[in-house]
Amino acid sequence: MLKLEKRPEPSTLWTYLTPLVAVLATMLAGGALFAFLGKDPVLAIRTIFWDPLFSEFAYYYRPQLLVKGAPLVLIAIGLSLGFRAGIWNIGAEGQYIIGALAGAGVGLAFYPHEAWYIFPLMVLAGALGGCAWAMIPAILKVRFGTNEILVSLMLVYVAERLLASMSLGLLKNPEGMGFPGSRNLQNYPSAHNAELIAGSGMHWGVVAAFIAVIAAHVLLNRHILGYHIRLAGQAPRAARFAGVTPARLILVCLGTAGALAGMAGLFEVSGPAGQVSIDFNVGYGFTAIIVAFLGRLHPVGILLAGALMALTYIGGEIAQSQLGLPSAAIQLFQGMLLFFLLAIDVLTNYRLVRTAREVA
Amino acid sequence: MKLHNILTTAVAALGLATAAMAQDKTKVGFIYVGPIGDGGWTYEHDKARLAVEEHFGDKVETIYQESVPEGTDAERAITQMALQGADLIFTTSFGFMDPTVAAAKKFPNVKFEHATGYKTAPNLSTYSARFYEGRAIQGHIAGRMTESNTIGYIASYPIPEVIRGINSAFIHARKANPDVQFKIIWAYTWFDPAKEADAAQALIEQGADVILQHTDSTAPQAAAEKAGDVITFGQASDMAEYKPMPRVSSIIDNWAPYYIARTQAVIDGTWESQQVWHGIGEGMVGIGEITDAVPDDVKAEALALKDAIASGDYHPFTGPLKKQDGSDWLSESEVADDGTLLGMDFYVEGLTGEIPQ
Repeated sequence: MLKLEKRPEPSTLWTYLTPLVAVLATMLAGGALFAFLGKDPVLAIRTIFWDPLFSEFAYYYRPQLLVKGAPLVLIAIGLSLGFRAGIWNIGAEGQYIIGALAGAGVGLAFYPHEAWYIFPLMVLAGALGGCAWAMIPAILKVRFGTNEILVSLMLVYVAERLLASMSLGLLKNPEGMGFPGSRNLQNYPSAHNAELIAGSGMHWGVVAAFIAVIAAHVLLNRHILGYHIRLAGQAPRAARFAGVTPARLILVCLGTAGALAGMAGLFEVSGPAGQVSIDFNVGYGFTAIIVAFLGRLHPVGILLAGALMALTYIGGEIAQSQLGLPSAAIQLFQGMLLFFLLAIDVLTNYRLVRTAREVA
Repeated sequence: MKLHNILTTAVAALGLATAAMAQDKTKVGFIYVGPIGDGGWTYEHDKARLAVEEHFGDKVETIYQESVPEGTDAERAITQMALQGADLIFTTSFGFMDPTVAAAKKFPNVKFEHATGYKTAPNLSTYSARFYEGRAIQGHIAGRMTESNTIGYIASYPIPEVIRGINSAFIHARKANPDVQFKIIWAYTWFDPAKEADAAQALIEQGADVILQHTDSTAPQAAAEKAGDVITFGQASDMAEYKPMPRVSSIIDNWAPYYIARTQAVIDGTWESQQVWHGIGEGMVGIGEITDAVPDDVKAEALALKDAIASGDYHPFTGPLKKQDGSDWLSESEVADDGTLLGMDFYVEGLTGEIPQ
């Protein structure tokens, strides 16, 4: 008989091994899935994991990995701070939308004036917008003890409505012949989050993501606030004795997460997306939750997880159009990744022991 | 600088890639907004893709990507197809407009066709169908059939395409029955069975006994079937599995002739940028079988209306017509021009409620 026994200490080995095993298991199960769909499993897995990096057209895909991964990493870093402290912000998608709206709104307000300060102001507005949206669940939690999971999630749907309304009303392109959607910021140099080196995929959002990773690493390891965040998550009672104010922690964690998600939205709307449109958000805020956990809530881990997630997105798209795989199969594949991660994660805290059959 | 060299080569390669890919087989790509099994809009585009394959056999290879989000991801999906050597790419949703324009700029040797948009380039055409012609026939049948005088309309997004459909259906429903009222629900989606079913249910509860839909799933049909004596119309696809009730007729998008003609043009080297807006007459808009649930006289009227539109004798937007606010739009026997129709952002007189802003 096999039995799960709680480890006295979480296993360091399994902490690092889990993501790798999860990826391998996903490859195996995914391969089986693709085989059932009548596709060559080896070819499919190779297309997803190898082609974006080393195929003939990798020069195009590699920069796209940055474009796709940056918002994920930026949002996940913010979320990880709260998750470590036991504060569950599920509404990053909404904060992302509001950041994009606030930032794009500032940019469009200046149109067609050209000046160097417009883009920095937009970034600021994006961060403030996302932060303000996250303050709603934060303040409600602090003042009235509401559940931040529900409030932040529900606010995503409110934000989506606001996005639709903005695309159809206030921010609608006056020269768009009545069609929804704002002016394209890519055609407005002062507000365009252009690639820093053409063709590299490197835009300010990517830079911000890297800075966020470093900042979070320093914060968690070198700063008293980082210590408080970790302590609050691991031992809430001890944290109180150590002088941690839960209210302050909630405001800081949700605020930071909101600001980073808002910035991610702004960088996206002013760069790769270009315009505010009804369907502007594509779920980065939700996928970032997976990225945060896949990265073990560790800044460097999140960076790697973001890269891996971006890889499955880009590779998944290639597999769709080259091999004719249905998009649902790719989503299933990505879902498996989280499933296996959580399943195998058990081994970090528990170990399998063989129990001798006892005689009654 | 080494990095710079790599990038310069990359940009050069981007241009060359298409030329290098020019094999004897013509490659045609399709970007879909929904899943190919949606039973509506995307399903019909994919049917037309299969028709292209069948028509050309070995001479043409088609590729597609389904459920592509409108926005950032679309440009990558389109670029990816161009890199794979597609000679002609159809992007089949309005939201793919700016991404298609951007991709067309990057690949001057690839031909692009964008459905329902208004931006063109030397290598980018637009095409759309005059669905409002089919809506006129739906409106007529709806007006004649309703007993509660309440017609429900599941709209997707408040864009000219959808507003045009509402106006056309309403004008002809009112002509058939002056007491008709429209109740409109904006679903803000093209395809979301759950949302569409909710909308249909809400409309039925408000007394609608006819449901028109501008969303692509069959969920409203199922909701109507469950309710019993509610009639519906197939949208984009025939939705024949709901015949003879609730589905009493349908608007069918028939893209196959156009896709075949454009592929042929690429093969022949005669492809040119154009803006196409075809209707019932050209066969791009089809009217699905009118079932026996519709009384014979109503069916005959509907078919006569269809013939008049097809032959060009009658235009669904013929004056006298006023706008919702009571101001004059078209005078007696004046016909709406395409420009106004393409940018339509107002309701005609008699419709209640406001277009969402």
